[in-house]
Order: sequence, then structure tokens, then C-alpha cells
Amino acid sequence: LKKSDGDVTGAFIKIPALLERHPALITRGRFLEVECLLGSTEQSFHISIRSGRITDMTPAPVLMRSWRFAYRATPQAWTAFWQPMPKAGWHDLLALSKRGAAVLEGDIQPFLTHLQYFKDLLALPRRSGGVS
Amino acid sequence: MTGYIEPMVGRYVHVEIDGAPNRIYFEEAGTGIPLVCLHTAGSDGRQWRHLLADKEFTRHFRIIAFDMPWHGKSNPPANWNGEEYRLTTERYTQTILAFCHALALEKPVVMGCSIGGRIVLNLAIAHASDFRALIGLEAADFQAPWYDTEWLNRPDIHGGEVCAALVSGLIAPQSPAPQRMETLWAYKQGGPGVFKGDLYFYRVDGDLRGRVEAIDTRVCPLFLLTGEYDFSCMPEDTLRTASSIDGADITIMEQLGHFPMSENPEQFRRYIAPVLNQIRQQQKI
Repeated sequence: LKKSDGDVTGAFIKIPALLERHPALITRGRFLEVECLLGSTEQSFHISIRSGRITDMTPAPVLMRSWRFAYRATPQAWTAFWQPMPKAGWHDLLALSKRGAAVLEGDIQPFLTHLQYFKDLLALPRRSGGVS
Repeated sequence: MTGYIEPMVGRYVHVEIDGAPNRIYFEEAGTGIPLVCLHTAGSDGRQWRHLLADKEFTRHFRIIAFDMPWHGKSNPPANWNGEEYRLTTERYTQTILAFCHALALEKPVVMGCSIGGRIVLNLAIAHASDFRALIGLEAADFQAPWYDTEWLNRPDIHGGEVCAALVSGLIAPQSPAPQRMETLWAYKQGGPGVFKGDLYFYRVDGDLRGRVEAIDTRVCPLFLLTGEYDFSCMPEDTLRTASSIDGADITIMEQLGHFPMSENPEQFRRYIAPVLNQIRQQQKI
């Protein structure tokens, strides 16, 4: 891993703890139960969410583990997305996918049902300083 | 009476559109050049409330914002039988012309945002001589889709939540939190399938590529303003559109997204004031 890739991975690892500090976001996701794959194109994580809380986060790949949907962006995209004031076109998960810097795959029904939850969840590292 | 009362007044006008009676809600403030404002897809005329409350603009313009049928306080037409709502270029154009006619507006200025910006281009193509000036916010002849509109109206996903969450990314990060939340609130309140139905015009029926070349800005001046954070109608979409229109006046607005008038009214004012001033000056010639 390059340094920036490692920084992005390090930021992802902190997301479950950051989520615990945002009870309103957990409440927003209270009906969410899903297995998904989130992360960078270099290192993604199998994430289990139960009642809005991340109950397990394991680096991929895990042999024969399935997921409903995956959202993966390049390390450069996450770095730009987590800037305190992101530049235009790098400021939203779907802006990243439109420009081809992120890929959304699988059965995206739970992602869209809880879209604001996932937008806020994956923006948590921005509020805690992001990555340089 | 101690409460602050805002200057705009809201009323209903009965308008026949496509042979059916419609009860259209509109708000207005000011006197002078009529300026009709068109809201974005899936929202309503409240988006323009800051413009309607602007003491300087309303000294020179009669600013009018109406809710499209199916939106805000304008119900569906009386003959609606529950079938899926779909906005077409023809119906949208008819609605605007019929509304302006019903209020007997003489050569109004029309300013529209998003789908309102797209239809402004169609007005410039097909009805330029009816208008004093046209202003398209977040307007382009076409833009690449970034999601499938089928997700906007289905029983297993809350329509208001998904519509608001989708468009939340189109608001610039610099926009103040109260204005951001208010802009999204209108999306949470929209009727089922209305945002999707509006986007039928935007995505399917209203592709104006190859047609905007016909716009003659000597007949009716055209102003196009797009926010830098709008990744739906991107600045390059507006610039590409404008490159085919001789005399179009283009502005890329910093620190603004897809909803300039509602997401950050103060920042938007910096850009729209010179445009409105230019229209006033042209009036004097």
C-alpha cells in the first residue's frame, strides 16, 4: 500500500468508533440490517450493520463471504471527499460515482433506502480531520 | 400585531391546461417588470421566498412564483384519475404560457431552475418574442444521468427520504445548514412519483441537443447561471450548451450548487443582482 492508500484504510478503520459518537445517525439507521462491502478500490471491508450500528468490520477478501451491495472509491477520491471543504465534484458519494471515481455494485436497494445514512456514515472521517 | 409579516402574498388562479381546469397557487411581491420564477423538479415555489422578500428587487420587478400542478399547494388537475404523472415538454410549455396569460403578464421575464432552466431554453427556441428576457439556472440542453429514476417511487423505499437524500449532494458544502435543510424539506414533502414524473421531461422528453442553435438572443436576451457544485447540470454542460447560442450570457457561480436561490440566497444574490439590473437597463433603452 502507498502512504495515501494506508491513510484511507486507517480512516475507514475508525468509522465504527466515530459512528458510536453520533447517536442521531445510529437512530437514522435503526431499521437497517445489512452486509455490505465498503472501502477503497485498494482495500475494502466486509461490514455488518445491525440496527444502525456497525457490529463487524473485516478487511476483504474473506473467503466466500457475500454482501448485498458494495461502494468502493479510489484512495484519491476518498482523500478529496474527506477534505474539510471538498472541491466541486468530489463532495458527494454519487458525484464520485458519476465521475467514475467510485463504483456502486450489487443489490443497491438497502443503500438507496438508507441513502442519507450511508452518505453521513461515509463522511464521518471528514468531520474528524480526514486524511492529508 | 407584533409579528413580522413577509411581503409576498399568495393566491390561487384558475388556469386551463390541456383542456382541464387547474387551480394554480402563486405568490407574488413587488411592482414593475413581471418576473415569473419556476421551481426545480419535485419541489415548489417556496424555493423563491428569499427573492420574493428582497426589498431592492421588488422595487423594480413584480416577482411571481407559482407551484406547478401536482406540486406545493397546486393540486393535480380536476380530471386526474390517478394515472402516473409525467411532465412533457409540451405540457410544461403550455403550463407556463397559460399561467402568464391568465395573469395578463405583458412580456414577462421567466427565470427557471433545473427543469425550469431546461424549459427556459425551450421557451427561447419556440416562444422568444413572448418574453422580455429568459434566465436559466442550472440549465443545459442535456446532461448525463447519474441515477435511475425508478428508485424514486416504489413501495419499499420512502419516496420523500430517497428524493431528499439523492439531491442533498447537489447542494454546495458552503451552503448554510438551515437553508440546506429547508431545500431538502420540500423534497421530503413531494407527492408520490411527482419528482420522477418531472424527470421524465428532464431525462426523456426534453433533450434539446441540436435545437438550441435556433435561439436568437437578439429577439430575447438569455442568461445562464450554473453553480460550480452542481454535478447534475455541471458547469461544463451549461458551457457546452452556451457555446451553440450566439449572445448567451454565461456565469458560473462559486460556492453554489443546484438550488442557488434556496440553498444560499445571499450568495445567489451576488450573481442574480447584476443580471436583473441588466434587464432593467435594457428596458430603459
